[in-house]
Amino acid sequence: MALRRVKLALAAVFSVFSIFFSISLFAQEDTHVRPKEEHGVTEDKHESKKSFDAAEVIFGHILDNHEYHFTEYHDAEGNVHHVSIPLPIILYSKERGLTAFMSSRFEHGHADFNGYRIGDEKIVAVKEDGSVDEGVKVYDLSITRNVVQMSLALIILCWLMISIAKSYRKGLGVKTAPKGKQNLLEPVVIFVRDEVAKPNLGHKYEKYLPYLLTTFFFILINNIFGLIPGTANVTGNIAFTVVLGLISFVVILFSTNSHFWGHIFNPPGVPGFVKPILILVEFLGVFIKPFALIIRLFANMVAGHIIIICLISLIFIFGQMNSIAGWGTSPVAIAFTVFIYFIEVLVAFLQAFIFTNLTAVFIGSAFEGGHDHEGEHIHV
Amino acid sequence: MLLDGVANAGGAVGAGLAAIGAGLGIGQIGKGAVESIARQPEAMNDIRANMILAAALVEGAALFGIIVGFLAMVLK
Repeated sequence: MALRRVKLALAAVFSVFSIFFSISLFAQEDTHVRPKEEHGVTEDKHESKKSFDAAEVIFGHILDNHEYHFTEYHDAEGNVHHVSIPLPIILYSKERGLTAFMSSRFEHGHADFNGYRIGDEKIVAVKEDGSVDEGVKVYDLSITRNVVQMSLALIILCWLMISIAKSYRKGLGVKTAPKGKQNLLEPVVIFVRDEVAKPNLGHKYEKYLPYLLTTFFFILINNIFGLIPGTANVTGNIAFTVVLGLISFVVILFSTNSHFWGHIFNPPGVPGFVKPILILVEFLGVFIKPFALIIRLFANMVAGHIIIICLISLIFIFGQMNSIAGWGTSPVAIAFTVFIYFIEVLVAFLQAFIFTNLTAVFIGSAFEGGHDHEGEHIHV
Repeated sequence: MLLDGVANAGGAVGAGLAAIGAGLGIGQIGKGAVESIARQPEAMNDIRANMILAAALVEGAALFGIIVGFLAMVLK
């Protein structure tokens, strides 16, 4: 019996070996052919093809861009072809006025257009002779891929919610069982109402429920869109989360009452010499709360995307050493990627929930006390 | 050159320390939650909601550390 097991194990090991062996042969053949093809290629294209820069790939994925760039390939002559969807670029500068054109005019950074050049990060103005014109300040109002995706999320959000609201208004699913899209969203809406709004906001929950639901679904849809390969990382953009956090901040500030500010500027039951410190800490806390919301969503989404890209990059980093190492790494890396990807799907829901929940907690703490407090005292 | 290296090392060590802190914190939260669910299984839903809330707060502090570490590496 034991012998048979050893035999089976040996067979398995050999078959795995033979897979790599045959593939390594194939890869070798490939590299033999390649130099022939590359004879006609200019030197800089040759260079760009050879080295794999993980940092560049990672930042290319998580940062905003003027196009959806999927991949690039080399044809028989060695020319680089990009597979991408160009997006409109809208530029404004005091000296040159408003211009708009498609990002494909830049030919992926290889050409200037209309006196503008796309640099590593932003678009700069160039003079006739090709040097950068420092005097012109360019305001980039382009429809970047984050903007496109956010608008798409907005359209889907509005379409889903309005169509469902209409059918509820008609009476469908109010007394009867929910139908179609209602089945998809009713449990989630009920979840937000019962687990997020009611416990934290008490009897005032109806006033804040529209805001909480909008935030929840907007973050959720953007998170899920960001997980589709090739799309932009909208919720991992600090500007996006800052705006969401600022809206939360405004909502929190507008729901404060005198009791809340009284506890901040005159903390009760505290010895006099501690008061200045406590006032400072509490006052900073007002700003730190929304700031933590901003950083949490941003860092979570960016971290998830970076982990996935790093795991994929590992294949190419090892593949650069030699092709067997690359092929050997790929099953492990892909297995880990799939694992992390499923965690990211969980995180997409979790972060939407946490953002909404913490906003609700902060709003609740902003108006709690006050009138209810008096009743509590009588009770005690 | 040396300064860059030190900044990179500092960022990496900082991120690691932040991760350790978050690990300890979230571990404590998980321990507390599991223990209290074992004692009082009927309160599971309340405990779970509070657990996620506390874990999110701990994680937020850790992410501050990681972001600062990242900035130390990126900003020159």
